[in-house]
Amino acid sequence: MDAKIKTQSLNLFYGDFHALGDITFDIPAHAITAIIGPSGCGKSTLLRVFNRMNDLIPICRVEGEVFLNGEPVNRADTDVVALRQKVGMVFQKPNVFPMSIYDNIVMGPRHQGVKNKGKLMEIVERSLRQVAMWDEVKDMLKKPGQSIATGQQQRLCIARALAVEPEVLLMDESCSALDPESTMKIEELMVELAQKHTIITVTHNMEQAARVSDMSAFMMIDEHHVGRLHEYSKTDEMFLNPRDKLTEDYITGRFG
Amino acid sequence: MRKFKENLSGRIFFILALSSISALALITVFIFIKGVPFIAEVGLFNFLFGSSWAPDHGEYGILPMIAGTFIVTFGAALIGIPIALCCAVFLAEIAPAWLRNLFRPAIQLLAGIPSVVYGFWGLVFIVPFIMNHFGGPGVGILAASIILGIMILPTVISISEVSILALPRQYKEGALALGLTHWQTIRSVILPSAKSGIVAAVILGIGRAVGETMAVIMIVGNAPAMPRSILDPVRTLTTNIGLEMNYASGLHEKALFATGIVLFIIIMILNASAQYFTRKRSF
Repeated sequence: MDAKIKTQSLNLFYGDFHALGDITFDIPAHAITAIIGPSGCGKSTLLRVFNRMNDLIPICRVEGEVFLNGEPVNRADTDVVALRQKVGMVFQKPNVFPMSIYDNIVMGPRHQGVKNKGKLMEIVERSLRQVAMWDEVKDMLKKPGQSIATGQQQRLCIARALAVEPEVLLMDESCSALDPESTMKIEELMVELAQKHTIITVTHNMEQAARVSDMSAFMMIDEHHVGRLHEYSKTDEMFLNPRDKLTEDYITGRFG
Repeated sequence: MRKFKENLSGRIFFILALSSISALALITVFIFIKGVPFIAEVGLFNFLFGSSWAPDHGEYGILPMIAGTFIVTFGAALIGIPIALCCAVFLAEIAPAWLRNLFRPAIQLLAGIPSVVYGFWGLVFIVPFIMNHFGGPGVGILAASIILGIMILPTVISISEVSILALPRQYKEGALALGLTHWQTIRSVILPSAKSGIVAAVILGIGRAVGETMAVIMIVGNAPAMPRSILDPVRTLTTNIGLEMNYASGLHEKALFATGIVLFIIIMILNASAQYFTRKRSF
């Protein structure tokens, strides 16, 4: 498999605090990679390296290299706006903007210069079809996005991210606020989207990681509270015979 | 004994809280008792739409004052609101922490300056400036609009800044994650999301401008006539009361109370609509 994203000796600091230590791994294209591990081990922080979301935190400093399609992500001269158009993100809680369903979806394309109403409508339909929501909401596109159910809101957020046609989709515990039925729908969606997209998901839910992901990255803090990539392998291998006792203890639910 | 103390202190707090409301009730009742009979006597139409205010000749038309209030307030809004909104966005979204910590107390200080000082400053700096560069008497609509535009800044800035800061962080993150620039995020997501709070801030700022008296008396010129240009002196509803109350008697005095009713109703409408927009906030 081709590496979509590569990290090389990635280290991340919040001020003096060393949060991520020496992370080097390759994330394959058109596959789902799950980042798992106990709370506070830096899973979300690592995810936010890939779309430079950590830039919002002034004291955060990232060292080492990250590549997307071989292009450097973590340089001072990286075009962060262009990067984020290629690397979309879905958050833990649905963050639908307080405006209509339609306006939510066209937010990204509109700022990329798509002005034609017909073209925008095409994008809205395509994105909503991708998340299997078109039939549910096609007659209420002008309704406030926040008026639909939470599970639908999260799918709307996925549709909004897909409207920009990203290559990579980052999902930061995107099912943790949802009921089992909505979670199942999103999991199905992830598997389908992975045919054309590269998905990286952070999850606390071991069953979910086992069900949907192709690759699993197990993170763990070391004795200095530095988050490290402890084991990285195919999901089947990791869940059937983990190389490491710690990994086994975690995925079988003995701690975390 | 402890129960008795609890009950007693509860009652004392209730009575003190009640006194603030009863002050409002008393003032309202008082100006209406004094003002309504006057309106009945002169006629509502003659009072509101009469264009001549000459109490010595029994003419009590406040149309020039209503116009003066609206024009001066509109001018103040035109000057103050764009500055205030840019300042609020700057403080909430753009300024680094150290600059914010410098700006915020300074803006609060602006709110603490007594209005007579604003008026005095206007008289010494703004009025001569207008006289020298634009002509006219200097005192008038333009001078009052500039000073009021400055005076409403703290109200509009702090309320709209708070409504921007109250937005969930996830809106901003969501917008940036879609590949919007910081400015696009502010314009297309943050400002529309904070809209109701910002509208409320603007309305309260306008209410502040309508109600201001002292600073306005000193620089607005106080001529109870319809203005023809923005350099003309006018009189506002508040200054009409402020100027004449200490020597008015009889029907004249009642006319000033009736002016107070008009002012009262304008402020009530403004405050009620600000409340409406604050409650409409969807999060």
